[in-house]
Amino acid sequence: MIEIEGITKRYDDTTVVDDVSMVIEPRTIAVIVGTSGSGKTTLLRMINRLVEPTSGVIKLDGADNRSVPAYQLRRSIGYAIQGHGLFPHRTVAQNIATVPLLLGWGRDRIKARVDELMTLYQLDPQAYGPRYPHELSGGQQQRVGVARALAAEPNVLLMDEPFGALDPIIRTKAQEDLLAIQKRFGTTIILVTHDMEEAVHLGDKIAVMDAGKLVQYAKPAEILARPASGFVETLVGASERPFRLLSLGPVRDAVEPGGAEGDAIPGGATQRDALAELLWSGRPALPVKDADGKLLGRVTVEGLVKRAARPQ
Amino acid sequence: MKAWLPALLRLAVLLLLVVFITSPSWFEPLLKPLTENGAPAIYNQGSLLTLTLQHLRTVLVATVAATIVAVALAILVTRPAGVEFLPLSRSLVNIGQTFPPVAVLALAVPAVGFGEKPTLIALFLYGLLPIFENALTALTTLPGNVMEAARGAGMTGWQRLMKVELPLSAPVILGGIRLSVVISLATATIGSTVAAKTLGEVIIAGLISNNPAFVLQGGLIVAALAVLIYDGLSAIERFAARRMGQGAE
Repeated sequence: MIEIEGITKRYDDTTVVDDVSMVIEPRTIAVIVGTSGSGKTTLLRMINRLVEPTSGVIKLDGADNRSVPAYQLRRSIGYAIQGHGLFPHRTVAQNIATVPLLLGWGRDRIKARVDELMTLYQLDPQAYGPRYPHELSGGQQQRVGVARALAAEPNVLLMDEPFGALDPIIRTKAQEDLLAIQKRFGTTIILVTHDMEEAVHLGDKIAVMDAGKLVQYAKPAEILARPASGFVETLVGASERPFRLLSLGPVRDAVEPGGAEGDAIPGGATQRDALAELLWSGRPALPVKDADGKLLGRVTVEGLVKRAARPQ
Repeated sequence: MKAWLPALLRLAVLLLLVVFITSPSWFEPLLKPLTENGAPAIYNQGSLLTLTLQHLRTVLVATVAATIVAVALAILVTRPAGVEFLPLSRSLVNIGQTFPPVAVLALAVPAVGFGEKPTLIALFLYGLLPIFENALTALTTLPGNVMEAARGAGMTGWQRLMKVELPLSAPVILGGIRLSVVISLATATIGSTVAAKTLGEVIIAGLISNNPAFVLQGGLIVAALAVLIYDGLSAIERFAARRMGQGAE
């Protein structure tokens, strides 16, 4: 659990982060969204003390983050940044081993962990371990960057626009990987982005920041349904709202009894995917199947449109 | 075919140099036409091999000392605690460069006496600037996100310096050392005016006895050394840079 209490950061006369308080539950993903200059990155960097706050306290699992030296604190917190920041003079395996080495793990333990993470990220340890970062594609570099951040099994992972430099297809894949890995390790993740789409997709909760202030901190559905201010509403994008709302729920929650013609859609797909498929194929209803291919029922355009309306 | 040519040329120069230093008498017929009144064509007041080795040793000692001091200085002034010394150290090193080596020799002789010492002092002062400037450039232009990652991973200041900053700066610092070595190789010849054992002896002997053959062989050996060492260090630099995906050239 991360408790941020009344955190303020001032540079001379400019207040970059202004009295922000929020609590991030363990094993969840909190996404901080805001425009550039909103203070979101500064807030993130105060958690692992790359920036020291002017006032306020940040507690990790109840302990003030100033109770240990900054470099020790940072070794216990994963940190992944935009443009990955891999060490160009070290191989992929050495890059991933950075923090375990600093912590003085044994060789075998480090090797086992590096191999585990590389396999998890679909990079063959034999083939990619000895390569240098510049020999990898952008997507692979990004995966190595996240693997390095996770290497020492941190409870908390901080990510600063980690997918910002990726093309849309690789970005979607990277987001899915992140969700899978978060489930597997139960890491608490705080991710900074300016992309509301990404925030809605990844976040258990979304924190919206504007001019250093925390404007709203709530579940994605709440942010979409009841934006706290005009700024949040603009950020959400009025024309995107219903679709973002649909993207939050799986198809299986929208199933109605009955059958339908044509190809089925898996129950795990989002309702937005189902609506898109309905509109694109011109059908009024789609059959829905679960993972074993068992028919669950159908989804209809009408049913989905109702669900896309503003929650009361 | 074309790619070999430079390598072949270098090998030829190296072989020629080694043969010339070890058995200079073989080249007597070539240099004879340059002499007058039956003067000797090949330097005969000492072994060319010994002089070459002493010349190289002088340059090596001066460069190693200059490298240690220049890099240490660059590290010092790029730490938060040392930033205010940046202008001071810059001007100190610049003075080393603007001071003519001959003047340094003249001033150093009364202080430390004749021989190798004043030459070492002059070469050391002369070699500082290129290394310092390059080290400073390298240490102040490190990629920001890599440094951020190093800090975020929990490296201490010392660990960042040793594990990230210096390795990443190595190619550029090497470039400075290369420049410094080449300047020193040429400048070291002047050291023979204050009785340092260098290849300058051959040149000076030629000038005194009006024997162009001596001047030529002294000059050629120094030039060949400079070219070969420059090439060798460039190759190391390229290797280091390529490993980091910087692809020099």
